[in-house]
Amino acid sequence: MKYRSIKFIIALLIASLVFIPTAAADTVKIGAILAVTGPASFLGGPEARTLEMLVEQTNAAGGINGKQVELIIKDSGGNPEKAISFAKQLIEEEQVVAVLGPSTSGETMKIKKIFEQAQTPLISCAAAEVIVNPVAQYVFKTPQKDSYAAQKIFQTMKDKGISKIAVLAGNTGFGKAGKAQLLKIAPTMGIEVVEAEVYDKKSKDLSAVIAKIKANKDVQAVVNWSIVPAQAIVAKNMRQAGWDVPLFQSHGFGNIKYVEAAGAAAEGIIFPAGRLLVADMLPDGHPQKALLTEYIQAYEGKYQEAASTFGGHAYDAYIIATAAIEKAGTDKAKIRDAIEQIKDLPGTGGIFSFSAEDHNGLDIDSFEMITVKGGKFVPYGNALAAPQNVKIQ
Amino acid sequence: MTVELFVQYLFAGITYGAIYAIVAIGFNIIYNTTGIINFAQGEFVMLGGMISISLLPYLPLTLAIAVAVLVTMIFGALLEICFIRWLESPSVLRMIIITIGLSILTREAALHIWGESIRSLPYFVGNEITTVAIWGARISPQVLWVIGACGLMVLFLSLFFQTTSVGREMRACAANRKAAILCGINTRNMVTLSFVLSAGIGALAGCVMSPITSTEYSIGTGLAIKGFTVAILGGLGNSMAAVGAGLLLGILEAFSISVLPLAFKDAIAIAILLVILFVRPHGLFGSATAAGLKEF
Repeated sequence: MKYRSIKFIIALLIASLVFIPTAAADTVKIGAILAVTGPASFLGGPEARTLEMLVEQTNAAGGINGKQVELIIKDSGGNPEKAISFAKQLIEEEQVVAVLGPSTSGETMKIKKIFEQAQTPLISCAAAEVIVNPVAQYVFKTPQKDSYAAQKIFQTMKDKGISKIAVLAGNTGFGKAGKAQLLKIAPTMGIEVVEAEVYDKKSKDLSAVIAKIKANKDVQAVVNWSIVPAQAIVAKNMRQAGWDVPLFQSHGFGNIKYVEAAGAAAEGIIFPAGRLLVADMLPDGHPQKALLTEYIQAYEGKYQEAASTFGGHAYDAYIIATAAIEKAGTDKAKIRDAIEQIKDLPGTGGIFSFSAEDHNGLDIDSFEMITVKGGKFVPYGNALAAPQNVKIQ
Repeated sequence: MTVELFVQYLFAGITYGAIYAIVAIGFNIIYNTTGIINFAQGEFVMLGGMISISLLPYLPLTLAIAVAVLVTMIFGALLEICFIRWLESPSVLRMIIITIGLSILTREAALHIWGESIRSLPYFVGNEITTVAIWGARISPQVLWVIGACGLMVLFLSLFFQTTSVGREMRACAANRKAAILCGINTRNMVTLSFVLSAGIGALAGCVMSPITSTEYSIGTGLAIKGFTVAILGGLGNSMAAVGAGLLLGILEAFSISVLPLAFKDAIAIAILLVILFVRPHGLFGSATAAGLKEF
């Protein structure tokens, strides 16, 4: 018996000696740094699940150029210091060909330099415009730019005849960057910001600040730029105060869960977002339609939760990376060049066309204005009778 | 400032003040019987909200809240029995560290059970956009629920402490522990009861505030800091003073928004706490001589 098991172990050892090196040579190693847990888990969770699903699909279909994809996901918890050490680990120890993520803008800015020095492509899933402006050789990002979101919002306001607005923002990196963009772009579009307030990201009730800006009779609309849960609280407090001016939110509102959190108060909220949220309402033949419906069905079928635009950012990062690897092989510099050459690649966030100057690859048309109607996302404007104001009971 | 705006701020202030007051009363009840501050008080509020939300699919709202309050009370009793009761004449510092540890433990456990997501109970009356007009101001009916529930709890507690024999025994235990033991009062049971009571009122407050403020695993810490400020502000151990101090802090915070940027709201509470600790450590309504006789 003993003799047998020793023989078995030896056989295993030989087998491993024979198989492992060849297996290693046949995989493409891609790293990912995502905030799977912690305060930004609403971003990192769907992103990580999306990547796991996509890698499974790629490998089942035979991999990239016959090589299986090996994905190494590191959970940074939204912490920039952890992101830095994981970045070094992925580049130096794991020798990955590219890294997807991080989920947040703060982390991305902290590790940008590391990727420049190591000459490894980084495709961030974070929104802030500073990630790709000014352009860094090896750093790319998939979410649409803040400034496009602000422009899109102001354009909608002008169409509605709104010229004086109040701006509310949470004190997060996302909120502060958004507020700065709004204040910078407003004058160029003929919009006047008459009230601006920043609140704590953990605020549970904003009725007092709503009362304050409501007292300014000039305010014709409110723009709120924050992440959950304040997005829902602002909406609730405004409607509870009997205030029915239009409420605009940032592209961070793109998750049906936030609509559920705000309940009836979410009705009529207008915000810019990628087309993922209204995929089923896109005209047939739209270049994004097939891809979006396929992604949503696969994701929702596998994880029993609604697909969000955040998971979509990881989807885009993955298809950009794999498209480049398919073309350029596993040389990191060549992958970088291949990403810059990608043209007209449909993703969940829009149609990507990169260039040496543009490492985001999306234009303003990748945003669609979306509103909430009957607890669902519908395209704003296209909707037959877009709710201008919410009736107060 | 118009009357309408004044009333609007006032109601926002009273709502928050009432919640702070309930947390502060929770601190006071335990302080009175044990002489320590139970830093896990905020977690009782969180548990009340979270448990009732989890029960809601299976039970009607009132029953879900009742069961949540009951479960939190049992939890409070278990905390005391497992971690405080068996200590032989523990020092104040040791007990405080234990409650801080319990607070962290409860929070982390809640994170594992319920995750990071933010939940809330449905509005008791109407929905997210229902409002009632009072003197020109518009408020959610849930605000009235919060104020009413907190008022009732204060009334119930003062009746309990003044008229029932168990309430009187608890007060005796607070006034002089040794004398209470000599009178045949089981002070250990009184300590357990104080944890049960403060867990119960915390959990109920957690339920009624949930539709307005939402509930997540980490709301306890912020509430504990505000409640602690209020308890100190009123004078530790004095529950009626806590009500006054709570409303004062809530209203101050609400009106501060009209002159200061919103981001300073929490700074005001902390600034008040510091000033009180320096100038009147025995609280606005407390007496210096009485405070001097206490260990902590």
